[in-house]
Amino acid sequence: MPGKLKAKIVAGRHLPVMDRASDLTDAFVEVKFGNTTFKTDVCPKSLNPQWNSEWFKFEVDDEDLQDEPLQITVLDHDTYSANDAIGKVYIDIDPLLCSEAASVISGWFPIYDTIHGIRGEINVLVKVELFNDLNRFRQSSCGVKFFCTTSIPRCYRAAMVHGFVEELVVNEDPEYQWIDRIRTPRASNEARQRLISLMSGELQRKIGLKVLEMGGNAVVGYLQCFDLEGESGLVVRAIGTACTLDKLSSGSAPNTNTHVHPNTAPASNACNSPSKDGKEPVFGEDLPSFSGPPTPFRALPTSSSSPPPFSPSKPCSRQSSSSDTDLSLTPKTGMGSGGSAGKEAGPLKTLLRQQTQTALEQREFPFFTLTSFPPGFLVHVGGVVSARSVKLLDRIHNPDEPETRDAWWEEIRQEIKSHAKALGCHAVVGYSESTSICEEVCILSASGTAAILNPRYMREGCLDIGSTDHRFEEPSPPSCGFCHIPYDELNMPFPAQLTYCYHCRRQKVPDVLFTTIDMPPEAAVTGKGCLIQARLCRLKKKAQGEVNATAISNLLPFMEYELHTQLMNKLKLRSMNALFGLHIQISVGENMLLGLASATGVYLTALPAPGGIQIAGKTPGDLSNEHHILTIQKRINDTITKNKELYQINPPELTEEVVGSPIPEPRQRSRLFRSHSESSDELSELDLSHGKKDAFVLEIDDTDAVEDIHSLLTDAPPPTGFYSCNTEIMPGIYNWTTGVQMFTSVRVFRLSNANLTNQGLNKIFTDLCENLLKSFYFKLRSMIPCCLCHLNFTVAVPEEELIQVAVTAVAMTFDKDQTQEKPADKPVTKGCSETEEQLQFPLELCADSSSITTQTSSKISGVPESTNVSPRAASVDYGSFADRCSTWLELLRLKAHTIRRGSVKTSRRTQSLAHSVSSLERSSPLPEGRSRSLRSNRSFGGSSVPVVKMTPLSFLPGTRIIKYLGIINMFFIRETTSLREEGGVSGFLHSFIAEVFAMVRAHVAALGGNAVVSYSMKECVLMENPNKNQAQCLINVSGDAVICVIETDQESMPSTINVVQTCSSGADGAT
Amino acid sequence: MAVELDVFVGNTTIMDEEVYQLWLDGYTVNDAVKVRMEGGVLEEFEASADVLLSDTMDQYRTFQMCERLLHSPAKLANQLLFQIPPHRQAILIERYYAFDDAFVREVLGKKLSKGTKKDLDDISAKTSVTLKSCRRQHWVQFIGCDGFDNFKRVFKVVEELKGPLVENIRQHFLLSDKLARDYAAIVFFANNRFETGKRKLQYLTFQDFAFCAGQLINSWTIGAVDNMVEDMDVDLDKEFLQELKELKILITDKDLLDQHKSLVCTALRGKTKAFNEMEANFKNLSRGLVNIAAKLTNTKDVRDFFIDLVEKFIEPCRSDRWTASDMRLYLTHYTNSAHILDTFKHQVVWDRYMGVIKSCIFKMYHD
Repeated sequence: MPGKLKAKIVAGRHLPVMDRASDLTDAFVEVKFGNTTFKTDVCPKSLNPQWNSEWFKFEVDDEDLQDEPLQITVLDHDTYSANDAIGKVYIDIDPLLCSEAASVISGWFPIYDTIHGIRGEINVLVKVELFNDLNRFRQSSCGVKFFCTTSIPRCYRAAMVHGFVEELVVNEDPEYQWIDRIRTPRASNEARQRLISLMSGELQRKIGLKVLEMGGNAVVGYLQCFDLEGESGLVVRAIGTACTLDKLSSGSAPNTNTHVHPNTAPASNACNSPSKDGKEPVFGEDLPSFSGPPTPFRALPTSSSSPPPFSPSKPCSRQSSSSDTDLSLTPKTGMGSGGSAGKEAGPLKTLLRQQTQTALEQREFPFFTLTSFPPGFLVHVGGVVSARSVKLLDRIHNPDEPETRDAWWEEIRQEIKSHAKALGCHAVVGYSESTSICEEVCILSASGTAAILNPRYMREGCLDIGSTDHRFEEPSPPSCGFCHIPYDELNMPFPAQLTYCYHCRRQKVPDVLFTTIDMPPEAAVTGKGCLIQARLCRLKKKAQGEVNATAISNLLPFMEYELHTQLMNKLKLRSMNALFGLHIQISVGENMLLGLASATGVYLTALPAPGGIQIAGKTPGDLSNEHHILTIQKRINDTITKNKELYQINPPELTEEVVGSPIPEPRQRSRLFRSHSESSDELSELDLSHGKKDAFVLEIDDTDAVEDIHSLLTDAPPPTGFYSCNTEIMPGIYNWTTGVQMFTSVRVFRLSNANLTNQGLNKIFTDLCENLLKSFYFKLRSMIPCCLCHLNFTVAVPEEELIQVAVTAVAMTFDKDQTQEKPADKPVTKGCSETEEQLQFPLELCADSSSITTQTSSKISGVPESTNVSPRAASVDYGSFADRCSTWLELLRLKAHTIRRGSVKTSRRTQSLAHSVSSLERSSPLPEGRSRSLRSNRSFGGSSVPVVKMTPLSFLPGTRIIKYLGIINMFFIRETTSLREEGGVSGFLHSFIAEVFAMVRAHVAALGGNAVVSYSMKECVLMENPNKNQAQCLINVSGDAVICVIETDQESMPSTINVVQTCSSGADGAT
Repeated sequence: MAVELDVFVGNTTIMDEEVYQLWLDGYTVNDAVKVRMEGGVLEEFEASADVLLSDTMDQYRTFQMCERLLHSPAKLANQLLFQIPPHRQAILIERYYAFDDAFVREVLGKKLSKGTKKDLDDISAKTSVTLKSCRRQHWVQFIGCDGFDNFKRVFKVVEELKGPLVENIRQHFLLSDKLARDYAAIVFFANNRFETGKRKLQYLTFQDFAFCAGQLINSWTIGAVDNMVEDMDVDLDKEFLQELKELKILITDKDLLDQHKSLVCTALRGKTKAFNEMEANFKNLSRGLVNIAAKLTNTKDVRDFFIDLVEKFIEPCRSDRWTASDMRLYLTHYTNSAHILDTFKHQVVWDRYMGVIKSCIFKMYHD
């Protein structure tokens, strides 16, 4: 019995009227965990009930603690008939199981009903006592920390990166069980919510066990997904990167962080520690003769199992084998099975390779879900590797052994691994997996970036080796090292053009580089980056079973090719040479496939300047045609010039660089083929590497081609003052200010015309995406100058004639005047108007903390060590440590109070206010030790609800994360049978998304946090039936709850100013 | 081909003040888009009409979802659904409860009930306030009468509370001081059913009445003497009204009247061009004011308070072409002189009465 879960129901407010006769509600609460249920008393005739219940205690295994959510149900008591449920709250208690995260969950939670949405709020206190059982990690994996963040979390350093962890669990979907025919939609939705919550808990526990086995203590870049396979079941799967993280001590954290830009902060934190000194230059080591051709992109669609397999393409197998030999050469130094990776390979390089290899080869899959790394971790980047496979779903017979699903993913991962090998790389970074399901067909996709990593982080024993060989190193600038090709020049996996690095001039670099990771912060860029999207629709015939799967398999390579072509053309058009954060999504519908590739384009200084785009006609003799071509050519050239200006791309001119060279001989040009004009033979080669020469040739052979070129040119640049990217931050912008607006937008487009062409569809799809972006720019115009970061587009084909695009992103303001300055030159400007606004609250709090002395010491329990609390305050009984912002705030107030001891500074006005408040709001809950008044002392009373910021990024600009409180992973279902009354689908979804945000914020606030980082909406499945006036929507969101404080110049002096926003205790004091 | 669904939700709720005003003023989405287009926001930001439509729809939806909360503004501050910065909440509330003076002037003290949609139409036409906006402002007029949901809720809250009316409204609806005062005035007028619609009162604005209501609330209600009684600011102090009868001595006692007149005239002589008229009219004017005081025990006469003031005092003065400063001078000396009358024992009541009368007349004495 290793744990005791305690819950206390304090109060409710804003409850709905359940009794029409009295306009009131007789509410009581059921608290359930596992199979145990407790009930509170009925609080008669009140919409703001005060239960102030006893502590309900559940004695449970920690295994259950990990799997089960605490379930709180609010009901209306009815003497004569069944009690009516008002709504439920599910609380994930996982954060309480980790000593470093939250210690208590306390706050107002929205009471949620799947039919009615949010119906009032309930104030709950939850605590967990884990018994001091030495064996407690044996059964469960309590204590393993989970992070959605795909980099080493700030305020931790990575002592070791263990590698890939994955797990999946399957179950029957309650929606498809026979019982669903007889139960109410509410019961069915709740069964589903509960099941998924259970499955996520189980999944997390199982992954935690794997991490413990590997010797790690945390999972970073945790990515959990649901596959709603309909009849065949429900799959919850997750991948992540196991690490051993050390919390940075209070002393070092502020120091290393002070002047580090958010961008570089985690890196410097994490790397300074393991080697303790200046051995860092490992990252710069030069691999003198490592050479090979670049492959910007390798996409080898595979298909398998049920449908007839799309045979693996030739080049792939050839390359795999060639690189295999390359990698398995006999080691010179006799350490494991390293490689003499090249004739001129230096000893260090060889050594490095061996270490890394041995470290990595022990693993089945040397994959990393991280997208940004400590400096020095990433040595070289090969290019994007991806694999797709089309499967036919069948019922999962034995949920306990989901072998088929495991085997499917295994297959895909093997393929990714072999692609990476072919690129001379031993690891895959920025790795992710996804699915798209339509009826019984499922496309599994995986992608990542092939890379060579520094072994230091993988093996403890290797930490010193770098220093031993330090003297041999010829440090090359970190700003270009990762661009240098990892593969053998003589054994090029793809025909490609290599040049010497434009930065260090010693190593070969490819002409373009595609990656799925964030741009390394130390990389040298010219100008700014921008969002580049390739969009594509392909019609397909409606079909069933294997025929359908085959049809899809056959379409996939064409789509990949065309998306790639579009990306390449758009990249050239913007005069850029590298893509970061590349994400390609292919969605399957009944009669079409949608492809959307998003990435952030930049001009890497180390890579050669991209050539222009040349237009060529098929029939050179035709004069009118030639004239036409000339005009198009002019437009393209004009666009390129304009874009150069727009993105401030003025690379230093290099002598050997032939700028504006005449069109090369036709034979030397690489031809940009249009897929439908190609033979399948050509296709199977899938030569996606472009750029034999500096110019690209677009051949115009028919009207479609002309349209394609037009569509190339129709991508409107963002309006002045706006930038956009899909990576964490925008390359080229460094001085972020604190303005942050996270948003989610969803659009569904109905195609009315039944006989559409591919071209027409493409246009519609492109317009849909472009218009969405335009809408964002317009809505967020008040934030100018600003950048839309982490623009994450998700496309789906929910029904035959519907296209759904969902976007989550964050708009961040920056200081325009200093856009060109790097953080190294000048610390980020902080302050700005928002800071002042935030300042008011803590200061006001100090002014009215009249009754602080009467509050119990449990309130002051949490004192973050890193905040350098004065010795005086440290004398407070810390009790069970809760590093919580609110308690911290209280501590500050306490300090303020002790300074002017005894002087009750509440103004008369405040008192009268408080008086009237208590007379009006009899509901004001007074939970022990955390008394709050419902209204603040400000005339408009805004501060009783804690502000919680949300961002899809791993940081909030201008702030420092001082504590991670645990992962947020929530799944909600909302259904309505009165769609019209709720304002149609838009009204329905609008309020649902707002409700989801509200519930996320409430959970974070209850954990004591004031922000969610790495937030993402991973699932948004909307089903509607306007004729029946019905709709249903499923949303899955995740993120990391954190406490962050405003970064000030004097990091070591925590003051009230540091607090980002008022926390839940904001309105305390006016009791 | 059409956009079937289009939503945009920010973690911090995005609201455009211009759109909010259009929504409050009752514009339909399409009309609002037109207005915005004319406003030039498109050229400013190279957006298309579609973008504007989508944005307007989003915001209208948000406002509709917020409206429920705006009905009891205190909820807005501690609801969890929308994350709205406090200063924005204040703007939302203030604007929501803001009203059109011309509109409120029309219905001030009027008895509107659910059935009088036609009345609303008339007022709407007369004051060029859109009907939807009328409806929103509607509840205001029903303070003091039953049968209207919105009002009921509001009045119930204010009614049950002890303490000053203005402060209660300010607290409960989180309004600015100015707006709370205006609302208090409306509540006060509705409760006492003051006649404001007569032709002779047409020249008075809502702000004139609001000012007078403030004066009455501060000095003549029960709340002026005891601040812990229910309804203290809504009902006039009955005792005081009784005592006002005593003032009649000023006009019934001939000696006193003469004495009063001579004191005032001595003080005024040479200080104003209208002296002759003042002297000639003194007895009439004094009778007018004292009679108003003496009759206030009758509810009917309370209702006619303003019309009486105008007929018995303001109109005569105006026809004699008194200037505003003449009025000030006269009323000051008229009030003060009464203190010197040895036989006049009701100084306290007199001051309480004349203090309000003076400021009301000052406010009301204009064209």
